[in-house]
Amino acid sequence: MDIPTITKNRIRELLKEGHRLDGRSQFENREIVIETGVSDNAEGSARVRIGKTEVIVGVKMQTQEPYSDHKDEGTLMVGMEINPSAGERYEPGPPKIDAIEIARVVDRGIRESGYIDFKKLCVEEGKTVWSVMIDIYAINDDGNLLDASAIAAVAALKMSKIPIYTEEDGVQHGKHSEENLPLTSEESLMMTFYKIGDKLVFDPTRDEEDSSSARLTLAISQPGKEKIINSMQKGGLDSLSTEHLNEVISEAEKVYDKLFGELSKQVDNLK
Amino acid sequence: MPYTKRSDGRKMDEIRPMRAEVGVVPNADGSALFATGGTVAIATVYGPKELHPANKRKPDRALIRCEYNMLPFSVTERARPGQSRRSKEIGMVTENALAAVVDLKKFPQSVIDVQVLILQADAGTRCAGINAAAMALAHAGIDMKEMVSSISIGKIDDKIVTDITKEEEDYHEGEGPTDIPFTLTSRGKECTHLQLDGKIQTGRFKESIDAAIVACEKVLDVQMRALKGEIVNEGEEK
Repeated sequence: MDIPTITKNRIRELLKEGHRLDGRSQFENREIVIETGVSDNAEGSARVRIGKTEVIVGVKMQTQEPYSDHKDEGTLMVGMEINPSAGERYEPGPPKIDAIEIARVVDRGIRESGYIDFKKLCVEEGKTVWSVMIDIYAINDDGNLLDASAIAAVAALKMSKIPIYTEEDGVQHGKHSEENLPLTSEESLMMTFYKIGDKLVFDPTRDEEDSSSARLTLAISQPGKEKIINSMQKGGLDSLSTEHLNEVISEAEKVYDKLFGELSKQVDNLK
Repeated sequence: MPYTKRSDGRKMDEIRPMRAEVGVVPNADGSALFATGGTVAIATVYGPKELHPANKRKPDRALIRCEYNMLPFSVTERARPGQSRRSKEIGMVTENALAAVVDLKKFPQSVIDVQVLILQADAGTRCAGINAAAMALAHAGIDMKEMVSSISIGKIDDKIVTDITKEEEDYHEGEGPTDIPFTLTSRGKECTHLQLDGKIQTGRFKESIDAAIVACEKVLDVQMRALKGEIVNEGEEK
């Protein structure tokens, strides 16, 4: 499925003058609304709306044997499905490459920053560790599923309580302890910038995303004075110049400063 | 202990000995081998040819379809054969790394099939695969606007290093490991592929771009020599 060329051209022409169809400026995001409690049976869950885009995320936990090279650490798995419910372009069936990519990029943003304290998820070294499973579902796609998924995944992790576990009976699924999922201060914010014509935009609508030729996602955290890039992923068939790369990084730093505190506050108010 | 010396004695900006050769798979329209140190990839190209099913055809351009295969015995612990989520993602980034330089508009409705096989892995496999695939496309005589070359830049502790090994990927002291695979076009030095895993200060990212530009120039030289018929072998046979 593709949008009409005339729409693409209009988006491209407007952007040359720094304008967007919905009146936003180049790096201005749509309103982001976070809610939690999608399912009481989940360890933690969240719904994120960015404009008309909507994503829900649930966290489930179970115990497993640790990996042989990380005997005292819990594990993380991120999955994503974009069901046909999310828009006309999506077809039924197992996750396709677009969903797989989002899941893997969200995974890296969370994993590489060290946000989950995996050592604290060890029950018995070499024998039993917790595995954290994040499942992302796109409900409505109006562009920027990548960032919406990452924001929702982080919010769901923040809301997560560890299920009750005893050595004799194992995991008591559905019964939660008062213990929060162990998280560190190294929380990252994932941001994706899209190249349309020769310009960059942040938080595209579906039509803008279809008009773009390349994108660059990065997750930034700020555990100390300096901002740290924890993951990057370039997408799309077109190339990005080194000037584009540098512009993305400096704009991402500004977006981080604007959004990070605001989003954290939204989630903290829901706890 | 700060990372002052690389475990294999290389200079910080030194690439492992490279090997390159074209025509390694006679049946293919184009094929190539590219190796850096203990990482060995071969790539084949078939096409442009008719794309099935027809509804996947692009009216105005060709499709590049790339599959990345890490052979079960290429790694220390056997890898399960067939496509994993990881290999599907790398296949896609390989497609994107190549698409910008191939004259896709010349072959509407058709497909160019690229297969990457990793025979032996010591980090940087996606980069070696992209290097081999770009050579295989050129060897197949497919119209390309320019070449692409790929290299993995790392930040190990606080040092920017070129072409990291598995051992360096697992270095967890100091600031730990960061892996940044880049693919750059030969003339414009435009970036067609970029990923990053780890921890790098925003202010230091530029250093990794600079290192990638220098390293890709050296990779390009090896690719071009092989495309002119030379069997390039910078080191002793592994």
